[in-house]
Amino acid sequence: MTTGKVKGIISNLLLVEVDGPATQNEVCLVNAGKWLKAEVIRVQQNIVSAQLFESSESIQIGTEVRFTGKMLEVELGPGILSKKYDGLQSDLEKMSGTFIELGDSTSPLDDDSRFSFEPLAKEREKVMAGHWLGNVKEQNIDHKIMLPLSWKGSFTVKWIASEGEYGIRDVIARVEDQNGVEQEVTMVQKWPVKVPLRGFREKLRPGKIFQTGLRVIDTLNPMMEGGTGYIPGPFGTGKTVLQQAIAKNSEADILIIVACGERANEVVEIFSEFPNLTDPVTGHKLDTKTTIICNTSNMPVAAREASVYVGMTLAEYYRCMGLKVLLLADSTSRWAQALREMSNRMEELPGQDAFPVELPATIANFYSRSGIVNLYNDESGSVTFIGTISPAGGNFKEPVTESTSKVARCFYALSQKRADSKRYPAIDPLASYSKYLDYLEFQQYSDENIQKGWVQEIKKAKDILRIGLEARDQINILGDDAVPIDYHINFWKSELIDFGIIQQNSFDDIDMRTEMDRQKYMLNFILGLCNTDYEFEEFEQVRDLFKNMINLVAQMNFSEYKSDSFMKYEGQISDLINNKSGSYANQGIS
Amino acid sequence: MQTKAFRKTYTRIERITKATCVVKAGNIKYGELAWINDRPAQAISVVNDLVTLQVFGGTEGVSTQSKVIFTGKPPTLEVSDLLAGRFFNALGQPIDNGSPVSGEERIIKGSTVNPVNRAKPNVLLATGIAGIDLNNTLVTGQKIPFFADPDQPYNQVMADVALRAEADKIILGGMGLSNDDFLFFKNTFESAGVLDKIVCFINTSEDPSLERLLIPDMACTAAEYFANDKKEKVLLLLTDMTLYADALATVANKMDQIPSKDSMPGSLYSDLASIYEKAVQFQHGGSITMIAVTTLNEGDITHAIPDNTGYITEGQLYLKRDSDIGKVIVDPFRSLSRLKQNVIGKKTREDHPQVMNALIRLYADAMDAKTKKENGFDLNEYDVRCLNFSKDYAIKLLAVDINISIDEMLETGWELLQKHFERYEVGIKEEFLNKYWKITEEQTA
Repeated sequence: MTTGKVKGIISNLLLVEVDGPATQNEVCLVNAGKWLKAEVIRVQQNIVSAQLFESSESIQIGTEVRFTGKMLEVELGPGILSKKYDGLQSDLEKMSGTFIELGDSTSPLDDDSRFSFEPLAKEREKVMAGHWLGNVKEQNIDHKIMLPLSWKGSFTVKWIASEGEYGIRDVIARVEDQNGVEQEVTMVQKWPVKVPLRGFREKLRPGKIFQTGLRVIDTLNPMMEGGTGYIPGPFGTGKTVLQQAIAKNSEADILIIVACGERANEVVEIFSEFPNLTDPVTGHKLDTKTTIICNTSNMPVAAREASVYVGMTLAEYYRCMGLKVLLLADSTSRWAQALREMSNRMEELPGQDAFPVELPATIANFYSRSGIVNLYNDESGSVTFIGTISPAGGNFKEPVTESTSKVARCFYALSQKRADSKRYPAIDPLASYSKYLDYLEFQQYSDENIQKGWVQEIKKAKDILRIGLEARDQINILGDDAVPIDYHINFWKSELIDFGIIQQNSFDDIDMRTEMDRQKYMLNFILGLCNTDYEFEEFEQVRDLFKNMINLVAQMNFSEYKSDSFMKYEGQISDLINNKSGSYANQGIS
Repeated sequence: MQTKAFRKTYTRIERITKATCVVKAGNIKYGELAWINDRPAQAISVVNDLVTLQVFGGTEGVSTQSKVIFTGKPPTLEVSDLLAGRFFNALGQPIDNGSPVSGEERIIKGSTVNPVNRAKPNVLLATGIAGIDLNNTLVTGQKIPFFADPDQPYNQVMADVALRAEADKIILGGMGLSNDDFLFFKNTFESAGVLDKIVCFINTSEDPSLERLLIPDMACTAAEYFANDKKEKVLLLLTDMTLYADALATVANKMDQIPSKDSMPGSLYSDLASIYEKAVQFQHGGSITMIAVTTLNEGDITHAIPDNTGYITEGQLYLKRDSDIGKVIVDPFRSLSRLKQNVIGKKTREDHPQVMNALIRLYADAMDAKTKKENGFDLNEYDVRCLNFSKDYAIKLLAVDINISIDEMLETGWELLQKHFERYEVGIKEEFLNKYWKITEEQTA
């Protein structure tokens, strides 16, 4: 193996003089009392630039370096769920001490853990990489033990373990390759994180809705299984709250959260809440389907880049088992900044805002790893990816947002103005979009599974919002009196959709999650109110009536679906409309 | 420390800029502390035998033949209980005529707390200021800055908060603090009789500007000692972080680094995060709560310093002069405490979240009405009520000179809602309306 000596230290960039071959993205180990991991990011003759995944203090000129010949890898096998990893897949709970000390590294899986194995493959069966050899119960999901995804060619199963309990490193199958060489398979395999993990037959065009329980997403800007989305927003507009709301309410089988360069207290919140929260879909505790990768903002910067790739690789691994995986990364901007810091230290010519010029390609490649796929056995699995972006100064005209907009299909724009007036989630209903609304696949799916013409109904709601916004601008320019009453009606119809559908209280037990059924009911109900003809004498009456309706719709959202109080509020709304000549002031009081 | 004889000395300085110098030296570790002409400096890049030093004391008068003494270790602070009640400079040397403090020597850029060993911050930190306690409730272990224009009384408000919050220790890190402000803090703490629980690390505007790069780490090291070793509740005050960031930019510039937004180094986010993330709630009860000041230029929060800060801290408090009432208020729109959700309605009264939101939403309506008025439009009856409400709200709840309990704030909130609005206009859950809205006879429309 190649060895080398440190020749230069510029923050966490090391210049290493090597005595043999070196590979781009190879992991090398630096002797600082403990062996510290670094990754090769440039080679110039016999000088290798490596980014150290730790702090450089204590390293000096001449420090010994060993090259491993391998790229940064993750370990895949049963036991990943409910783990809390650092950016390099070290299990944080196995570390001793209050602080993470230099060079602390622990094993990702529990080496002495045992799982009850049930064979799926038969002897003499022909298998290839990704084929399911057996099944173990990991928490509440069926974890498939696959022929290692990195193996090439086809194999014949010579022996497979019978049903029973095995350690994760016990041999559970022996297979023979085309040359007659026998190989052993255990429950554990490895994969280099920067290489997309395939293991599927084909990628499909998304078209099946991925429910998040949030009305502004599911109803107005739906996400698809295997789709991509991004949430840019200035600080304080609720990116993290929104992402956590999606995490808590989505219909994913597996949830992988990458806390990339963000606040430690936010992961602590997940740590402390998820074990107590119930997954609304399965009824199990939320942490049993969740893995968290945390490289918080004070953890080593270079590991930020690694952390998003580790998260994606874990997601792809579970996709190969035919599962619906949701991957959340908060925030991809921090990852881009880590790339920028390193590019700057290497004195590369900068692109826009000093980001490296290859940033758009890097982001596009990453988002493209998500998707819905068909496996070899016609099962399907998916990785749905939603990333947040923290644009500098809240301005979306910056390289990370722009690069992402070219690859991600759903755009959830958080608006400072909505956040200021506490209209949460602060997703701007008009700037945001879901390109899936135009997918024929989704139109067909929604016609069959939601209601006929669903996409048209969504577009109607968006039109009402757009017209309402224009009306508001006119009212603001011309004054209340100077515009026709219709303008007021149009404006208040859009407010009704805003308060009734878009706004949602993620801290209220009932309102935080809305089932598709109920979303359909509410959209039809509110569109019905918007399609009603109203007659008013003066514009003040418009406000009074609609404020009353908005109040009642909000009370409906706070009530159990179709419960007595839900129906009572609905009834009060029809009463309001039927005798709107009376006084509205007391109608809200029951 | 700087005169120890066995340390290697070098005299071949190859390059001098206003903030850095490059010296030929062997066997130097990255991050090592050195002394040039009795000025502190730190190795920030080592390539072959060329060591680049950032000279904290400034390079004025450094010559190519100046003596450079390396200490073999990064900057450290000796920690012990004796730190309490003392004033130090950026290097941890006493500036109060007392003797140096001896204790365990710790490297000031300490390790990261393992996130699994943190506790969820959920202990209320009351300040009596309704703009904070009602709208932006703080908890221990939180980090939050004041975003303020230079003419606003941020240091006074911060001192008020420090004295009212129940902390075991108050640690002040002053960066580029004017001597007047330094004396203000000193006198305030003295007259409040809390000097014995204060530790101050002070770099005034008279001191070399790069020395302030050491202040946050010194203060954090002391804070970590009391919070973790002694399991105390520590309140850490940092003022002014903008001047700290300016010093970072100076060094990056002299190192020929390509600047990113607003001439700030590309690593600004990570640099600030390494400080702010020291705020922590330990599982054993000790905590570090951080309140910082980031001064703005004419309220511009899109500048790289406040912008990056906002992404790191758990909210921000935004001071603003309200010309309608002639007082400084805590801006209810831009201000935010991200951790308030952990306590409001749980540690405080159940109606807290809804009352808070209703008041702010109506205040937003009032601001719309104000814009309308300024544009010369007629106000409708609702607009007028909103405007009247907004004045009451600002005087009774937003002004920084308020000092009442949270229950009193909620009562005041309900009074204002009932005085100016109807039940259906406030958007509060009926359950709470039934409980707290006092129905009066004359309230029939």
